Amino acid sequence: MDIELMLKVYPFFLEAAWLTIVLSVLTAVLGLICGTLGAFARLSRFAILRFIAAAYVSVFRGTPALIQLFILYFGGPQIGIQLDAFEAGVIGLGINAGAYMAETIRGGIISIDKGQREAARTLGLSHWQAMYKIILPQAARLMVRPLGVNLNMLIKATALVAAISVVELTYTAQRYIGSTYKPFEMFLLAGVLYMIIIYVTGRGVVWLDRKVQIT
Amino acid sequence: MTDEKSFVEIRHAQKAFGKLEVLKDISLSVDKGQIVGIIGSSGSGKSTLLRAINDLDPLTGGEVWLDGVEVNQKLPHRQYEKHINQMRQQVGMVFQHFNLFPHMTARENVTMAPMLLKGLSKDEANTLAEEQLDNVGMLERIDYYPSQLSGGQKQRVAIARALAMKPKLMLFDEATSALDPELVEEVNQVMRKLAEQHMTMIIVTHEMDFAASVCDRVLFMDQGVVVEEGPPSMLFKNPTQPRTREFLRKHLENAK
Ligand SMILES: Nc1ncnc2c1ncn2[C@@H]1O[C@H](COP(=O)(O)OP(=O)(O)OP(=O)(O)O)[C@@H](O)[C@H]1O
Ligand SMILES: [Mg+2]
Repeated sequence: MDIELMLKVYPFFLEAAWLTIVLSVLTAVLGLICGTLGAFARLSRFAILRFIAAAYVSVFRGTPALIQLFILYFGGPQIGIQLDAFEAGVIGLGINAGAYMAETIRGGIISIDKGQREAARTLGLSHWQAMYKIILPQAARLMVRPLGVNLNMLIKATALVAAISVVELTYTAQRYIGSTYKPFEMFLLAGVLYMIIIYVTGRGVVWLDRKVQIT
Repeated sequence: MTDEKSFVEIRHAQKAFGKLEVLKDISLSVDKGQIVGIIGSSGSGKSTLLRAINDLDPLTGGEVWLDGVEVNQKLPHRQYEKHINQMRQQVGMVFQHFNLFPHMTARENVTMAPMLLKGLSKDEANTLAEEQLDNVGMLERIDYYPSQLSGGQKQRVAIARALAMKPKLMLFDEATSALDPELVEEVNQVMRKLAEQHMTMIIVTHEMDFAASVCDRVLFMDQGVVVEEGPPSMLFKNPTQPRTREFLRKHLENAK
């Protein structure tokens, strides 16, 4: 194993790891927005919203994220959507993550005992007041861990955007393999950095989960 | 039929879950300050009737009136929501399983709705919470979370939470059924105190002795109809209907 080479190139990998982190954060934010909208639409009293949200979830969970990225990035211009690779990466992965998060968020909401909603409505709270004061604060606590799983998958999925040439960790590893012919070292380096990002995120999730538990 | 309405008036209430008819043309009037008990075997429709009064289980037919206002009147969705939220503020409800908000302390359980819906300031709401929790003997536990309370204590907080909205009517759906026997009396005492203060109450219960001691009138329900009703002295001692006699006899046997 060429340790010397690894030490020489790792600053470039750190830079790429930073892009992976930025990509993950933006994707997570977009995913949460799409997921929240999707979850509420699935629980809506309007059939049309329920239908749209169910279609969103099954289409984006039912096809490979890579195909979704390719359609957006390579197919987009054909239907008038011009995005650079980074934008396409964030939007494509974000919408994809949103489909998974929608299910997580919906699951959290419907797992709250219906007596909670009834007690709130009985006091005179409106549907949205009950949601925001009673259901969501409880559901959010239950969602921390499963959303953490979504986050874990989303971080790993950012590797896919290497296929549309975003210069994140995986793409960087591939590029250095092209010049060094050392795939073992290069992928190992990328893998270790992914592992660190995911480990730290995972600890964060555990910490948050403990912090929000009801005494 | 004259249009003179009692404080609470249920007219020809009908409720079906699909093909299952749970309430079959029930009418009931309750005067202000009256305490009405509802007894009957499991599945007879007691909860459904009680929950129809604040439209938690909407009726499929019939009317509910409270203090001269039709509760389940036909209105467009948005207007109806506004109307029903207004009505529900005037009706307190106590559930078998307490349904306290677990992420809030006893104090917060009590102050949440008055602050949100009646615009009480934090200070006003705190004073109210102290008053209401003191009333049910829970002042010492005001900053405890529900998980730190016994069943009887939870139920007393739940009653305080309902009373903090200053309701005109209180509905109790088997408030003591989920409690260990030794905790029943502390909740019953709170309800007796309310009775002394002339709160209008409708109480679904399996406790015949309690019903006999606090209710002005008791209804026996079976299969979605009111089979018999009258003052407890009559209904419990001299029931006229065979079904009532059968129910009471079985109940006595089970109690033994
Ligand atoms: N949401 C629902 N969907 C379908 N059926 C229901 C629903 N709620 C109640 N029922 C049925 O309606 C009938 C009456 O129920 P209800 O809860 O009013 O009975 P109850 O007299 O309160 O009984 P218990 O003493 O067990 O509380 C039962 O047969 C029950 O299975
Ligand atoms: Mg019941």
